[in-house]
Amino acid sequence: MLMDAAAIVGIGETAFSKKLEPSEKSLALSAIRMALDDAGIEPSEVDGLASYTLETTDEVEIARNLGAGDITFFTQVGYGGGAGPACVGQMAMAIASGQCRVGVVWRARKRGSGGRLWADPSLRYSTPATWTRPWGLLRPVDEIAMLARRYMHEYGATRDHFANIALAFRKMANQNPRATMFEKPLTRDQYMEARWISEPLCLFDNCLESDGALACVLVAADRARDCRQRPVLVHAFAQGLSRQSHTMTNYWCDDPLMGPAWTCAERLYGLSEFKPSEIDVAQIYDAFTPLIPLSLEGYRFCEKGEGAAFTENAGLEIGGRLPCNTSGGGLSEAYVHGFNLINEGVRQMRGESVNQVQGAKSCLVTGGEGVPTSAMILRN
Amino acid sequence: MADETLWPPINEENAPFWEGTRQGELRMQRCPDTQRFIFPPRLTSPWSNGAIPEWHGVSGRGRIWSFVVPHPPLLPPFDAWAPYNVILVSLDEDPAIRLVGNLIANEGAQVDSIDPSQIELDAPVRVVFERLSDEIYLPRWVLD
Repeated sequence: MLMDAAAIVGIGETAFSKKLEPSEKSLALSAIRMALDDAGIEPSEVDGLASYTLETTDEVEIARNLGAGDITFFTQVGYGGGAGPACVGQMAMAIASGQCRVGVVWRARKRGSGGRLWADPSLRYSTPATWTRPWGLLRPVDEIAMLARRYMHEYGATRDHFANIALAFRKMANQNPRATMFEKPLTRDQYMEARWISEPLCLFDNCLESDGALACVLVAADRARDCRQRPVLVHAFAQGLSRQSHTMTNYWCDDPLMGPAWTCAERLYGLSEFKPSEIDVAQIYDAFTPLIPLSLEGYRFCEKGEGAAFTENAGLEIGGRLPCNTSGGGLSEAYVHGFNLINEGVRQMRGESVNQVQGAKSCLVTGGEGVPTSAMILRN
Repeated sequence: MADETLWPPINEENAPFWEGTRQGELRMQRCPDTQRFIFPPRLTSPWSNGAIPEWHGVSGRGRIWSFVVPHPPLLPPFDAWAPYNVILVSLDEDPAIRLVGNLIANEGAQVDSIDPSQIELDAPVRVVFERLSDEIYLPRWVLD
């Protein structure tokens, strides 16, 4: 059984910026070294590697630059922002079953200064692209905006609800010196007057475009007790690819507003001792604001259609119903396909977050709703 | 559209759809055993083990399930047309079958020919076809 068998004992990350000079490989190695240092573990002990299929730096490059040992477990997980918790979860599984003893999980990306994935001409051959791009549905923001408008129509959600999310996470970032938006408060008026990106979504409904790298290190729970930091246990994880779903253009199923998060959550809670009502804090993948209400529903924090109302009355803020994205999220800290949510989840469980939820014992970390996805529950 | 990188690729699974549009007809796959509609096209039916889907003409009528209005940054030629609309149409025959398209003022009009503030969810629409090339006639939609 996986439950509580492996722990995250080190985290590391580079600065986050619109433009960093070093290559993605160099940034990856920096973050990994910082995480190993945080754990008090030598690179030569690393025998497990996990990353996203989107990662440009492969295991061979990491291992030979790091001076890792023989690698006996290596995995990559697909579907972009859906992958993060699965990379950690699969590494935890590998450690629990004895495939490796010291696992490194990382993500490095230069999106702030790099290219746009959606502009890649070879995309045209994927099934969903065939049925969307010829008509000008070109970018992830367009694909999600299509769901957002229907969500507003069916459940009475408004732009104010999406603004609640942007404002809540900006407030978190304004306390976090590492966040790109640390010194930039956001007002509701600024949100309402911002330029459109894909109506009904405006600039502040979209995450940042960041350069950065992050990593974490896992070992077995009993070894974790000897490490430098308070161990953060991987309590449970799950992946979700719903029947008949189709990545972010999930329009060809019975209810596009019930995405893969529902499938993932069912499995996740089935493997967990924590019920949704017992989760103290959450790091929910936020490439776009509408993903938050959709995820709140999928992960069973409220009924279907109530995700928008959940954001009212500072519901997502410290002291609210469920504090979320406590370092500022993809919307206001940095966007590296959700990996900063993993590191912040670890900080919350260590009691070291700049927006610490007092006495937090459990933290949900999710990958992106709308794509084949994953999620995990961390505990201390 | 001048830029072929955004043209739909015709392949084994979808060739009959594009044959249909060349004939001015919207066609959908159906499971031969359960009669359920299937979209996007598949090699085999997900509803009946290994059954080969059959193609049927449909009415070409549906309702607007949702729409977006993209603004730049975009790819050519859409950057020149922005802001334009992209709609998602639920077909009358099966509301879970939804086609991405554009609402235009009338057959032959451009993708930016409708004022987006006039678009309403659940409005009835019907399909029209626009010739991109001898091979590709692209479905577009007008209010019904």
